[in-house]
Amino acid sequence: MPAKKLKPPAPLTVRDGDVLLLVGTMKGLFLLRSDGKRRRWAMTGPFFPGSSVYAAALDTRAGRRRLWAAPSSMHWGAELAWSDDFGKSWQRPATPRVRFPESSGSALKNIWQIAPGRPDRPDTLYCGVEPSALFESRDAGETWTLNEGLWNHPHRAKWMPGGGGLCLHTVLVDPTRSGRLTVASSTGGVYRSDDGGRSWQARNRGVRAEFLPDKHPEFGQCVHKIAHHAAQPGRLFLQNHWGLYRSDDGGDSWQDVANGVPSDFGFCIGTHPRDPDTAFIVPLHSDGFRCTPDGKLRVYRTRDAGASWQPMTRGLPQKDALETVVRDGMAVDGLDPAGVYFGTRSGKVYGARDDGRTWELLREGLPPIVCVKAAVAENVRVRARRRLTRAA
Amino acid sequence: MGVRFLIPGPLQPFSGGRPAVALDVSPATIAEALAALGVAHPGLCERILTERGEVRPHVNVFVAETNIRDAGGLAARVPEGCEIAILPAVSGG
Repeated sequence: MPAKKLKPPAPLTVRDGDVLLLVGTMKGLFLLRSDGKRRRWAMTGPFFPGSSVYAAALDTRAGRRRLWAAPSSMHWGAELAWSDDFGKSWQRPATPRVRFPESSGSALKNIWQIAPGRPDRPDTLYCGVEPSALFESRDAGETWTLNEGLWNHPHRAKWMPGGGGLCLHTVLVDPTRSGRLTVASSTGGVYRSDDGGRSWQARNRGVRAEFLPDKHPEFGQCVHKIAHHAAQPGRLFLQNHWGLYRSDDGGDSWQDVANGVPSDFGFCIGTHPRDPDTAFIVPLHSDGFRCTPDGKLRVYRTRDAGASWQPMTRGLPQKDALETVVRDGMAVDGLDPAGVYFGTRSGKVYGARDDGRTWELLREGLPPIVCVKAAVAENVRVRARRRLTRAA
Repeated sequence: MGVRFLIPGPLQPFSGGRPAVALDVSPATIAEALAALGVAHPGLCERILTERGEVRPHVNVFVAETNIRDAGGLAARVPEGCEIAILPAVSGG
C-alpha cells in the first residue's frame, strides 16, 4: 500500500515579541509559538518529515526573520534549509551549501549546530558538523567554507567518536571580544580561537576524561555541552561525560562544580540571560543508564555559579519518569523572567516561564527530541508594513 | 535510446516533481549515467552521492534488476535503453 501523502504543516502566525521554540526531532522540525506571556502555545510541523533535525536557529540580525534548519535524511544526507516566512516555505538549494572540499577527503554526515555570528557581523554564520569540523559563512549563508585552522589541527586525528558520532556540536561566539570563538567536540573537548578561527588551542584544563587511562589529558575529553553568559562570556558552564564544570576565564581553566547533584553525568546545560551565576541542567543516572535518576524528572538550578544546585520539581513528574534530555535539548529565552525549555527523548516538551521554578508540559507525543532552541520573533511587523507600502 | 531514471518520492522536488527522468545519453557506466543526471538535475545527484562521489550508504541504485553493489559499484555497465532505479534502502528507525 503506498504511503498516504503527508499534509503540509499549518501556517503559523507570528508577531513581533512572540516566543518561538524550534524543536528538532528524529522525524522532523516542529515550531511552537506563544506570545510574551508564554501561557498558551500553538504548534505546527513536522517540517522535513522523516529527517532528523539536530540543529535549528532563528537569525534576526539585519532585519531578518530567517529560520535555519538542518534536516538530515538517513538516505539522502544532510543539508541546510531556510525559511523567511516561519516555515510556510523552505529553501533547499539543489547543491547543499555545507560540503567538505575534495581535498579534505571527508563527507558531511550531519549538521549539529547553526550559530549566528556577532551582531556587528550580521552576515556571518557558523555550522558545527559531523565529522567534527567548523564551517563559516560570511555572506549570510550563500557560501560556506571549512575552517582550515581547526581541520588541520594536529589533535584532530586523535579525536574519537562518541555515541552520537564524532561531532562538533557547540559553537559559542563571544559578543564582547572580537575574534573569540569557542567550540566543543565529542570527543576532542573544548577548543578556542582568539583570532577569528585562524588558530585554535585546546581549553580542557581541569576537565576529566573518565574513559581514558590519563584522566586529565590536554584534549580528548567527551564534552557534551558548553554554554556561556551573553553578558559575561568569560563565564562558562560545561556538562561533561562525567563532570560538571565552570570556567571564569573563558575556558583557560575549569573548576568542578558538581555540588549537590544526584549525578554529574548529563548532556544539556542552559544559562540565564541576565544572571551569570544561574544555570540549569538535567542530570542523568550514568553513561550506562542515560535516564533521569530514581525515575524523577528534575531540572537542577544553581544561582550561585555552581556552589550549590537545587532540584526544580514543581510540575515535573517525580515517579516513573525515566527520561533523557540530550545535549541540545534545553534552551532559555531572553525574557524577564526567563523562560526555560527542554525536550525529552520520549517526545515531551516542558517549559517554565519563571526562571525555571514552575514547569508545564507544553506538548507530548512528538518523535524523540534532539534539539530545542528558543527565540523571540523580530522584524515581522516591519516586513508586513513594507509589503503594504509596495502594494500601495 | 537513452536511459531512464526512476526517482523516489523524497527526491522528486529535485526532478521537477517527476517520478522518472529520461536522458538522451548513452553512458557506458553508472558513474557516467549519474554524471549526466547531475548535469540535468544537480539536486538529485547531490543526494544520491556524497561530496566524495560515493553512493550514500543507505541508497540503492539498480540497473534493471541488478543492484550496482553486486555489479562493480559505480563501474557497473549500463546497457543501452535500460532503466535505472534509485531506491532508499529499508534502513530507518
